[in-house]
Amino acid sequence: MQAIEVQDLRKNFRIQQSRGGLKGALQDLFAREYREVAAVNDISFTIPQGEICGYIGENGAGKSTTIKMLTGILVPTSGHIKVNGYVPYQEREKFVQGIGVVFGQRSQLWWDIGVIESFQLLRKVYQVSEADFKKRLDELVERLQLQELLSRPVRKLSLGQRMRCELVAALLHNPSIVFLDEPTIGLDIVVKSEIREFLKDLNRTQGTTILLTTHDLQDIEALCSRVIMLDAGSIIYDGGLDDLKTRWGRGREVRFQFGGAVQAAQLNAWTMGLPVTWTQESDLVATALVPADMAVSDVFSRVLGQAEVTDVQISETSTDEIVRQIYSSGSAEKPEEQPHV
Amino acid sequence: MSSLYLDFIRIRFLTMLAYRVNYYSGILVYTLNIGVYYFTWQAIYGGKEQIAGFTAAQMTTYVAVSWMARAFYFNNLDREIATEIRDGTIAIQFIRPYNYLLVKMMQGFGEGIFRFTMFMIPGMIIAVLLFPVQLPTSPVSWIGFLVMLFFSFLINSQINILIGLMAFFIENNDGLMRMKRVVVDLFSGLLIPISFFPGWLTSIMNFLPFQAITYLPGSVFTGRVQGTGILEVLGIQVIWFLILLIPIYFTWRAARVRLFVQGG
Repeated sequence: MQAIEVQDLRKNFRIQQSRGGLKGALQDLFAREYREVAAVNDISFTIPQGEICGYIGENGAGKSTTIKMLTGILVPTSGHIKVNGYVPYQEREKFVQGIGVVFGQRSQLWWDIGVIESFQLLRKVYQVSEADFKKRLDELVERLQLQELLSRPVRKLSLGQRMRCELVAALLHNPSIVFLDEPTIGLDIVVKSEIREFLKDLNRTQGTTILLTTHDLQDIEALCSRVIMLDAGSIIYDGGLDDLKTRWGRGREVRFQFGGAVQAAQLNAWTMGLPVTWTQESDLVATALVPADMAVSDVFSRVLGQAEVTDVQISETSTDEIVRQIYSSGSAEKPEEQPHV
Repeated sequence: MSSLYLDFIRIRFLTMLAYRVNYYSGILVYTLNIGVYYFTWQAIYGGKEQIAGFTAAQMTTYVAVSWMARAFYFNNLDREIATEIRDGTIAIQFIRPYNYLLVKMMQGFGEGIFRFTMFMIPGMIIAVLLFPVQLPTSPVSWIGFLVMLFFSFLINSQINILIGLMAFFIENNDGLMRMKRVVVDLFSGLLIPISFFPGWLTSIMNFLPFQAITYLPGSVFTGRVQGTGILEVLGIQVIWFLILLIPIYFTWRAARVRLFVQGG
């Protein structure tokens, strides 16, 4: 069964247009002008049960809006959604029993009461039996090391402590689908990797479907087998992370440091006949771009015999780099001028 | 499920209890208000037996009980709801399997219990000691008054919820909330009993829910309404309670479609 099915989903927002100047302000007083903006523009995708899917895009691309429609908070303008067998906004109270949600930027714990009291209240909200609750809480508390935090009031927690408590709060009722909206925002590297490990475990042991939005691509690399990329309300890429890398990755960069000055013409002459492009930083430093389907050793064998090389660095195009390129071009279609695809 | 809603009452009560010191000054302010109105009405009566159906003694009692009833039924549900809508925390409320408005009502009631025990009762004792307040002698009036007081809370909270939900439709409902406060204080009969209004205004008031908040329970407490008359005025409150459910239901439904979560 599919955990999430989305078909031609759209959400329009009406934005008030302010007219400039005193005259405009007066006009606004009587007749306001509105503009319809599609925050999410007819998107379709399905996510099977047990998948971890990353949902990425620039700020304002429509990620949060989609999450809010999938969790039943927002009512879509048009299109079909089915999550866990429910239409989220129609049978909201029944539907939300089966999902867990974490908003990195909002707390769902009660500010004034202790952490454990918040959990107790959530137990009643989700009608979890005392025995199930205790078993699940013990597991989660042990896994996320919250023992000392339980008696503290929520407002006295640090962001990292709070986020771990938020995860527990979202999972106490053992949801089969978990939505995470920027769960690692503002966290330090240690807490981030703890949370990633935890989510991976959760997915492996419980088969929980996870949809997460993030700006931290390391989250995606660590967790997701699949990425959906959104730009200006439309899906521009939907597929595996590896595919994205091979499709967009420009191969490897080999950075040579030479013992003596080398000319650009020399470099090109050495690799004559190979699909290698050189960029020179200085007389002593040059970088060869080696396509993914070519062995780096071919370049080495040509260059090492010709000049004294003091240092070599090989690096792959990073995901950050790839995504930055896609965002700035606004399309995941491979640019035409890349010959080797 | 019902134990969940009881928990919301309990938690709000305990939270309020933690801030109880804030309310000691409230008792003073309310007593002061009663004093101001008591002396003003004394001057207005100036030896007259009766004005607009109120004897001077009844008026003193009415002023005291009206202010102390307000100490109980008053809450900030409108502001709480508007704030949650405006800062977007309402999103969290929608991912929970409960009825948001019922939860709000329960929180309001938790506050109400706190206000009743820690604010209204001590305030009333002080008022009785300071001013010539005549407490009802018949147990029927007491019971009738207490039941009606509960409905005052319900109706006032319903109005607050309605005003709070307006934040879905107008970006800034501060003005509306301030206006509501003045309207409720004036038209509920807190500042001036409704029988003092000009005839045309009194008849308009009969078609509005506000008199059910202060004027009707106040009339029972002062003994101006007695016996089966109590059932009659209680009936008016019950009807208003039921009528007000309708706009709340429709506003809530419209709000669901309109909901626009602020701040991403």
